Amino acid sequence: MANTMYSRCSLLALLCADSAFATEMPLNMTRGVTEISRQVYDLHMTIFYICCAIGLVVFGAMFWSIVHHRKAKGVQPAQFHESTKVEILWTAIPVVILIVMAIPATRTLIAMEDTSKSDVTILVTGSQWKWHYKYLEYPVEYYSLLATPAKQIQNKLRKNENYLLEVDRPLVIPTGRKVRFLMTSDDVIHSWWVPAFAVKKDANPGFINEAWTQVDEPGTYRGQCAELCGKDHGFMPIVVVAKTPEDFDIWIQSEIDRLAKLKAAEQELLSMQMTMPDAMALGEKVYQGYCSACHQPTGTGLPGVFPALKGSKMAIESAQKAAHIDIVLNGKAGTAMQAFGKQLSLQEIAAVITYERNAWDNNTGDLIQAADIQAAKNGQKE
Amino acid sequence: MQALDHKPLFRKLVVITALMFGFGYALVPLYDVFCEITGLNGKTSDVAATADKAVTDTKRLITIEFLAKPDPKMPWLFKPEMRQIQVHPGEIKVVHYEAENPTASLMVAQAVPSVAPGQAALYFNKMECFCFQRQTLKAGEKILMPLQFYVDPALPERFSTITLSYTMYDVTQHSPAAQGAAVYKTGK
Amino acid sequence: MSTISTDTHPHADHGHHHPPAGFKRWLYTTNHKDIGTLYLLFALTMFFIGGLMAMVIRAELFQPGLQLVQPDFFNQMTTVHGLIMVFGAVMPAFTGLANWLIPMMIGAPDMALPRMNNWSFWILPFAFAILLMSLFMEGGGPSFGWTFYAPLSTKYSGDSTALFVFSVHIMGISSIMGAINVIVTIFNMRAPGMTWMKMPLFVWTWLITAFLLIAVMPVLAGVVTMVLTDKYFGTSFFDAAGGGDPVLFQHIFWFFGHPEVYIMILPAFGIISSIVPTFSRKPLFGYASMVYATSSIALLSFLVWAHHMFTTGMPVFAELFFMYCTMLIAVPTGVKVFNWVATMWRGALTFEVPMMFSIAFIVLFTIGGLSGLMLAITPADFQYHDTYFVVAHFHYVLVTGAIFSIVAAVYYWLPKWTGHMYDETLGLWHFWCSLISVNLLFFPMHFVGLAGMPRRIPDYALQFADFNALISIGGFAFGLSQLLFLWVIVKCVKGGTPATNQVWEGATGLEWELTSPPPYHSFTTPPEIK
Repeated sequence: MANTMYSRCSLLALLCADSAFATEMPLNMTRGVTEISRQVYDLHMTIFYICCAIGLVVFGAMFWSIVHHRKAKGVQPAQFHESTKVEILWTAIPVVILIVMAIPATRTLIAMEDTSKSDVTILVTGSQWKWHYKYLEYPVEYYSLLATPAKQIQNKLRKNENYLLEVDRPLVIPTGRKVRFLMTSDDVIHSWWVPAFAVKKDANPGFINEAWTQVDEPGTYRGQCAELCGKDHGFMPIVVVAKTPEDFDIWIQSEIDRLAKLKAAEQELLSMQMTMPDAMALGEKVYQGYCSACHQPTGTGLPGVFPALKGSKMAIESAQKAAHIDIVLNGKAGTAMQAFGKQLSLQEIAAVITYERNAWDNNTGDLIQAADIQAAKNGQKE
Repeated sequence: MQALDHKPLFRKLVVITALMFGFGYALVPLYDVFCEITGLNGKTSDVAATADKAVTDTKRLITIEFLAKPDPKMPWLFKPEMRQIQVHPGEIKVVHYEAENPTASLMVAQAVPSVAPGQAALYFNKMECFCFQRQTLKAGEKILMPLQFYVDPALPERFSTITLSYTMYDVTQHSPAAQGAAVYKTGK
Repeated sequence: MSTISTDTHPHADHGHHHPPAGFKRWLYTTNHKDIGTLYLLFALTMFFIGGLMAMVIRAELFQPGLQLVQPDFFNQMTTVHGLIMVFGAVMPAFTGLANWLIPMMIGAPDMALPRMNNWSFWILPFAFAILLMSLFMEGGGPSFGWTFYAPLSTKYSGDSTALFVFSVHIMGISSIMGAINVIVTIFNMRAPGMTWMKMPLFVWTWLITAFLLIAVMPVLAGVVTMVLTDKYFGTSFFDAAGGGDPVLFQHIFWFFGHPEVYIMILPAFGIISSIVPTFSRKPLFGYASMVYATSSIALLSFLVWAHHMFTTGMPVFAELFFMYCTMLIAVPTGVKVFNWVATMWRGALTFEVPMMFSIAFIVLFTIGGLSGLMLAITPADFQYHDTYFVVAHFHYVLVTGAIFSIVAAVYYWLPKWTGHMYDETLGLWHFWCSLISVNLLFFPMHFVGLAGMPRRIPDYALQFADFNALISIGGFAFGLSQLLFLWVIVKCVKGGTPATNQVWEGATGLEWELTSPPPYHSFTTPPEIK
């Protein structure tokens, strides 16, 4: 049954191929690049073959019956309707098969849950709709967002090869070392899954889960969020780049440098003033990347779910400016509005608020500077 | 047609239904009990442990990692004094977490702990923890919060690292301490 | 099991024993045949509505990119599609069959509690009207999946959650009342001489299903109330900030959820066990072990719930326990499949439409069951969980399993209910179109799941595009094929070759002693069972 279905499927697939890339899809689970993923693959294939064998025997008997035991052939129906011996047999044999299957499965599961003696630990935090990685042994942490341009999703641009499986900053780990992951979430339940590692663990808000992997080969490995987490559940992929330990060390150092430079730049920018055109340009870019998913590019939001910014009191009234800054910085508890204070730089927040207060005919003329945001963070009323 | 009396059976079935509804709610405390007994889900006890099991085993060293997550919608600064330490099972240790309220109003927070691996939670005994009660910080206030603990020497051999993570939640609106004080956030 | 029918006066449709015709008849009826018909027509309607939502889903997934709907609406479609199919199509259909058949099969004049029976039905359209209307609210309908995990459903949802909770409560009350009715009927109203082990298997499977229902529907009521209070009344069952735990939701939900899926398949087992012996002209093989197997499946179903939660971070010993118990459930299920094949073995088979759907059930449900066995293997499940592999599994057991059995039942008993034979040619067309399209629809899902496509996503990476296009074509074809079913039913109700009492050459059972159609009130005097 599987075989005829497969050939029917591939034939139709050839006839219907109309995607931008006639990208090959493997029919089977990946063997992956870790010892554990190979064990998982082997378990999968073993149980699959067992199921095929059972299917063959049962369906074989049934189809034999259909061909040979038809009334049209003039057969007289037998009248037997029980046999304790046979029933015991076909109860005992499956139990034996199951026990045989359970032994290697148990072994692999115990190995998967042993997170001890790891070399690198990474705190993975899921939130709507992105991942955050923080290396516990190094002062490196950053957000990882979907990098596929919105225009590709909206079918206005041709989709590229890693459509929906690409991010701006991948997670980088060393090969040949045991890497431990601590998963948690800032809002709803997400799930971090990389098929090549056979690692899938839920990220529960308020709790931490552990998982580990040890990757043999350098390479780029892609995965996706595996627990429904709201509207952009399908748009928060995972990309892990495994580098040799030497390359990993080089990368870590360059990240430390990059983050140090960013921090220094922040301080500098505090004293600088952005011009209105600069603020609007940066603000629009930030808005498209972080805000338009919910508030829409047109600022009209989704009535009843995500408030409109166009024409909204908070974005227009000058008495509401402090509240506007506060809600972007700190989010709003009990809603989907996140706290962007930890994700965006002071300058970016200042720019996006400026943009929101002037775009779509809001036209307040307000120009917010990074220093204003710093002041708000310090808790002084504006 | 004889008159059949369905009432007795009907009543029994309604009672079963009601009991099962109660059972659904009973699953809530049952879960907590189960978690405490098995350490499932990394929940530690919220009752202070006593020192009776604190017999030091100098032959083993356990690494304890400390993590701090202020809930992102919450402006407090929250971090562990040190990222990790090594302890002997049974050895009583005190570490601190630093918390700061950078806002202009009084706030109340609750720290919620989580331990990984989950089963190690059973063996992580907190004698004093800032998570046992809510923390109130005035505007601009900064404190060092203590955590006094020891690892039960009965900790199975296979565990050598325990990660303790706290998430700090803003509970100002639910706190009597904050009544009358200006609420920082315009939440629900 | 031989019987004597004591009811030999068929009534014309408008005898004076009958209640008023028209709207009032249906609104006030306490007759099990009428209520059975109401449930079945309701289920058919909901099947088409839920099917329409599936068409929206498949239309969006026909190509990569977002073409037709936005992600949030897509999530509403997947959510309400699931709720409608589970609570609006499958369960009411089985209840409709229970209503029509159980009294006739045990020689009873009606269900034990006829007025409660009327209420059980009529609150259902009300519940679904509320659910469907919530789609038109500002903010849209529920979009957190039919499994409504917290905190997505508690802190990150709109106000349609309140309507969702209310409508689920009503559906639950309907199911519980129906289950109580079934149990009391079977316990108290069997004809004299019909001992437990003489009951038809359909009656046995429904009895066991009814016990499952009163055991777990209240737990669903509890958990859905907890979601409501977490959202609106400040409780923190599932909120870490308040000392709660989101994983607790999953434990309570699946404690209901797993027995629920057995609720949705046990009556199917009873149907197949009725049809296959008839068309094999041979008694059911292993009647007693079928009863024991069904009971073991029901008991074991309470011990496996966390196999839906292998990735939540449970300790190893818990994962092992649930893995072993889940694997164990394959044993009694396998026994049932072997017994059906043994029933066919050396029978004298004919292949009318009910038998065709039953044979398809045996093959395809087994495929679904075998993919379930694969899912039971915890380390492998880490790669299958929340992918299309799971979607393939449950659609095989629910569509080619439960739904095909319901369709088989309708074809099998329509002549009894209406007094007319259905159009066999049209029925065979329906069968073949459904068989081919349903496999085109669901079989490739195994592959896209193994290749890494998660579930509940409105858009996907390019390598999944070709298979998704095929799947969508299968979906549209399957949907269209069901219009043939509608045609068969309408045509049969209107007329057809008159049906005899026995209808099918190999049919045995009390319902086949009655006329076709049976009297409005049958077995007013109980038959004697020898």
